[in-house]
Amino acid sequence: MNLLVLLKMVPDVVEELEIASDGAGLDMDVARMALSESDDHALEQALLLKERMGGTLAVLAVDAAEVDDALFTALAKGADRALKVDAGEVAQLGTRALADLLSQVIADGHNLLPVDLILTGTQAIDDLDGLMAPLVAHQLGLPYIAIVIQVTPDPARRVASVVKEYPGGVRGRFEIDLPAVVGIQSAERPPRYVPVAKVRAAMKTQRIETVQAPTLADGGTVLAEVKSMSKPEETGRAEMIEGTPEAASARLCGILAERGLV
Amino acid sequence: MPGNIWVLAEHWRGKVSEITFEALALGRDVADQLGSKVEAVLLGHGVKDLASQLGAAARVISTDHEALAEVVPEVYAEALAQLARRERPAAVLTPLSNVTLGVGTLLAAKLGASAINFCKNVRVVDGKIEAHAVLYGGKIETKVAAAAEPVVLGIGPGARLADAGRSAEPPAVVDEVTVDLPEAQPIRFKEFIEPEAGEVDVTQQDVLVAVGRGIGSRDNIALAEELAAALGGVVCGSRPVIDQGWLPPSRQIGKSGMQVKPRLYLALGISGAPEHVEGMRGAELIVAVNTDPAAPIFNVAHYGTTADVLEFLPLLTEQAKALRG
Amino acid sequence: MLETDIIARPVFYALPLWLVFAFYLACAAALGAFSFGAWRKVRRYARGRVDPGVKLTWRLFGQGLAAILPNRAILAGDAYAGIAHLCVFWGFAGLFVATTLVLVDNDFLRFVVPQWQFLNGSFYLVFSWLADLSGVLLLAGLLLLAARRSVFRLPFLKYEAKEGAKYLPAPAVLAREDWLFLGWMGVLAVGGFLLEGFRIRATEPSFERASFLGWQVGEALAAAGLTSEAARNAFAFVWCFHALTALALVAWIPYSKAWHMLAAWYTAAFKHHPAARTLPAAPEGESGGYARVEDLTGTEQVMLDACTRCGRCHAHCPATTAGFPLSPRDLVQTLRAFASRPVANTSLAGGVVPEAWLWSCTSCLSCVEHCPVGVWHVPLIVQMRRFLVAQGQLDKRLQESMQNLTRYGNSFGSSPRARPKWTQELPFKIKDARKEAVDCLWITGDYAAFDPRVTPVTRGFARLLNQAGVDFGILYEAEQNSGNDIRRAGEEGLFEVLMDKNVAAIEKAGHQRLVTTDPHAYHALKNEYRWTNGHGRVAHYTEVLDELIGSGKLPVLHKREMRVTYHDPCYLGRYNGLYDAPRRVLRALGATLVEMPRNRDRSFCCGAGGGRIWMEDSTEIKERPAENRVREAATLAGVTTLVVSCPKDLVMFQDALKTTGLEGKLEVKDIVHLVEQATG
Repeated sequence: MNLLVLLKMVPDVVEELEIASDGAGLDMDVARMALSESDDHALEQALLLKERMGGTLAVLAVDAAEVDDALFTALAKGADRALKVDAGEVAQLGTRALADLLSQVIADGHNLLPVDLILTGTQAIDDLDGLMAPLVAHQLGLPYIAIVIQVTPDPARRVASVVKEYPGGVRGRFEIDLPAVVGIQSAERPPRYVPVAKVRAAMKTQRIETVQAPTLADGGTVLAEVKSMSKPEETGRAEMIEGTPEAASARLCGILAERGLV
Repeated sequence: MPGNIWVLAEHWRGKVSEITFEALALGRDVADQLGSKVEAVLLGHGVKDLASQLGAAARVISTDHEALAEVVPEVYAEALAQLARRERPAAVLTPLSNVTLGVGTLLAAKLGASAINFCKNVRVVDGKIEAHAVLYGGKIETKVAAAAEPVVLGIGPGARLADAGRSAEPPAVVDEVTVDLPEAQPIRFKEFIEPEAGEVDVTQQDVLVAVGRGIGSRDNIALAEELAAALGGVVCGSRPVIDQGWLPPSRQIGKSGMQVKPRLYLALGISGAPEHVEGMRGAELIVAVNTDPAAPIFNVAHYGTTADVLEFLPLLTEQAKALRG
Repeated sequence: MLETDIIARPVFYALPLWLVFAFYLACAAALGAFSFGAWRKVRRYARGRVDPGVKLTWRLFGQGLAAILPNRAILAGDAYAGIAHLCVFWGFAGLFVATTLVLVDNDFLRFVVPQWQFLNGSFYLVFSWLADLSGVLLLAGLLLLAARRSVFRLPFLKYEAKEGAKYLPAPAVLAREDWLFLGWMGVLAVGGFLLEGFRIRATEPSFERASFLGWQVGEALAAAGLTSEAARNAFAFVWCFHALTALALVAWIPYSKAWHMLAAWYTAAFKHHPAARTLPAAPEGESGGYARVEDLTGTEQVMLDACTRCGRCHAHCPATTAGFPLSPRDLVQTLRAFASRPVANTSLAGGVVPEAWLWSCTSCLSCVEHCPVGVWHVPLIVQMRRFLVAQGQLDKRLQESMQNLTRYGNSFGSSPRARPKWTQELPFKIKDARKEAVDCLWITGDYAAFDPRVTPVTRGFARLLNQAGVDFGILYEAEQNSGNDIRRAGEEGLFEVLMDKNVAAIEKAGHQRLVTTDPHAYHALKNEYRWTNGHGRVAHYTEVLDELIGSGKLPVLHKREMRVTYHDPCYLGRYNGLYDAPRRVLRALGATLVEMPRNRDRSFCCGAGGGRIWMEDSTEIKERPAENRVREAATLAGVTTLVVSCPKDLVMFQDALKTTGLEGKLEVKDIVHLVEQATG
């Protein structure tokens, strides 16, 4: 199996997010970048598949702050190759432009083809203008499925059995022709922890291949324009219901009734 | 003449999804502002009857095809793209749900159109569609203008009340149209896997009665269960309660448990450790009961009381039952 | 009555010459068997890995010796067992010396320089008396020990088969060896007196009254109708029996737990080695911890072999008590059995020792503290955890904590910028030690800064420092988790990352001394950090409070009569011997301190240490350590307050109050809280 995982860095929401002075984007000097959570799951799933079925595993990302950490971590975890697309000013690129870049890089070769399975996260917290997996699938003309929690490739038949999540705990099984693009919701197990010593070893002994960004046909047109950003209004502290337990429960019941919850 | 507003009518296992009604209500508001009409696009196989529930739309475009039996984003997007090229809507609203996710992105890619995800509201400003999207896990709100028409809007849950998009009347017009889809598809639906019997999916509940360490003992879980029954919800818990083995792990809310967004989250005896809050802060209405007025749970709750949980619980259960009649 | 002219013992009295030769042959065989067994063991130790950081010094050896001779470690905490062992130890030692003297006198001097023989005259009488006393001591000690097993049936002397531990010897095998060892020595002691009795009956020298018990046995034999003649005739058989049993015991020593008689002289010295507390370095190599049995150091292998299964670690282990799968005793027994018969390509962690055992440890050091022979349970466990971490085999929540620590420098997964948030509610601003020099640099620790249940205490300490006019500051966002517990969870690399960041920030900040509100950080800062430049003396906040109250800077305005008890945090007490400062503070406040039965170095862990606070508890626990502890506190008459001096204790015990239903009967208070009440 030749596996390719697309990784994307997103602003870390554990950190306070600040809005840039133009009011239409994040202040990237303050923001810290982190690997998108579901991409981390996609990587884990790919690592599991590689362990199970052998083959090669490459990870590919567009340059962004802290992307090297993410790529070395992927190498330490067991990825065979890590590629970084150097696209200059990329911090503000939308997912669509990123997907165009990555698709082009994949199509251009870089020893990434043939690929059997491209895995990436189902959705990232900043996928404002589209999701990565369907966009790449569209560009490469591959089948796509997402919200996947299980992938079982059958290389002999050139298909994979995938399970995706539906609402209410229901799951659906699909068969998908390979090669395919799969959006992972969560891996079979939580993304593994790789000890610091191993990451350090990877930094010493392995390297990230840097790929120059290809020139895109449409120049990476921005199709959605962010006019302004703001923080949601603080909900603040709870309104405290005072009084005896009887009174308080009656008042609460009233509130619930008002909202049609009783 | 501005184009119409389309709503992809999501339905699943023979039922129109709530989010479809929410999107219809939103679509109608947008159409009103734009001076056009809201139209529902009903794709599927053998589900034509569902059109009757979509009376909030001025017109239903119904397409029946074998390949549309289950949502395969590529197929759905292709069908929608064919229809959109014919009729040129101003916007297509697609739900960002587990059923439909991905259709919008592919549709926009096929049409070379704008796509805007995570929309919680859509307005018309100076005759142009402007979406209010929620980014970064709800930490930032943003106003986004589409640069190219049509615009494909990914709608999150709760944009409008579903009831506003329901209509007792059937739609005035139902057009059955055909699309041209390839016979063999690279993705084939095989089967549904039902959740194990007795397993409750807490993420799908409207009402959650969550208990924490303050509940005291396993025996008191029964009190919470009674209240949950009265409110039509289920009991879940914070980590200590699950650790104690008082509730199964599938009921754990929080970082290492489930992330839930119910309409009502009743936190009983939960102090509100950050690990827990992460799993429930998205709830629409949070009510916290905790004897400690400084408990951090009150920082995320909308309403709170410092009454004793064990005293408060039976009272509320009684009153809720009385209200239900 | 037949009087002999010379007061001395005919050694081979009435023995045919061939039997004497046979005895020498048997001696040679026994010594051969002993030497073979001992040589195999010593060769294994010598082939074991050498940790250059763990060396035996004369000082340590002296300390070990000083503890062994009075059996101090055995007496501590269990006077009964201590006295019994003292009897056996000195009885056995006395008999060993007696036998050696006879050997020298009879088998050497008699042939070489007969005029030098010394076992005669009054010296012989004293010798006889002392030898009999030794025998009596041995017998008495053995009876006391046998009673523990048969009459009192002490639970920690019982064994159970453990799931997944196929190298743990079967309970029956262990119990058989225990009894064999005990019984064998009993047979030796009884045999010795019988032999003496027969000899005395046969020769009846009146001076042999000095052998007070032997004389009585002789008298008893006479009373039972045994004639001198018959005694003479039977003597050879009794002699043979005693000789053979004695030689067999010698031969058996290197193949049994009797080996501790030799091994413990060496291992007891390591009980006080700093690495028992600061952890030995991880062996070089890919795994980073103990992968296979070859990774064990020679010293550790001696430690395993020195274990007698006395069960103290088992009895006092918070994990064992709580019903976690770990028993330190079983861990040592398992490793010992495997080390003596290793199976190739078997990983220690998981393959030999079940993973669940390893993850149960709270690193509280109770086992090491209680171990009379100096076994290093905690370092061994951490070495095996290191291997598991390197393999990525770890608890889901622990993994998440490691990810958080890697990314944010705190286990809460909070933004580093949120670290100083607790200061916001203070009416004054705490100095930023990154920007201005302070006298006292305060390292708060994670729980004190992030846990909302602890931050009121943290603010309390800030107010006290402020009130006392201390020039202090914090590192704000620059502080990182100390790494103490993640190190014990087995993630050495992450510990180093955290340490490096802290060291850099602390060394850059101008300060005279360091104070911390976290015993775990205290230990790491004081004993484990590798500093490049200088840093101030490290103090725990109770030391600072003690000093401020003592110097009058923090005057006690309202002394309050109250009966309180105090819990010694593991990393303050057992790890660093800091017991008195908090007690002095409590006394200064007017409190009457009622000690819990387990106090100071015998303190019982709350269950949070060693990374346990970040791990899932198994569902089969009987009683959490913290629950066990608050119940202990609740038994004290008139005590309604359990005073703590560790943020994790505060959280753990407050939770335990809820789950045990002791809320309302007992309250858990940080010492800061009491000081604030008394000084504000």
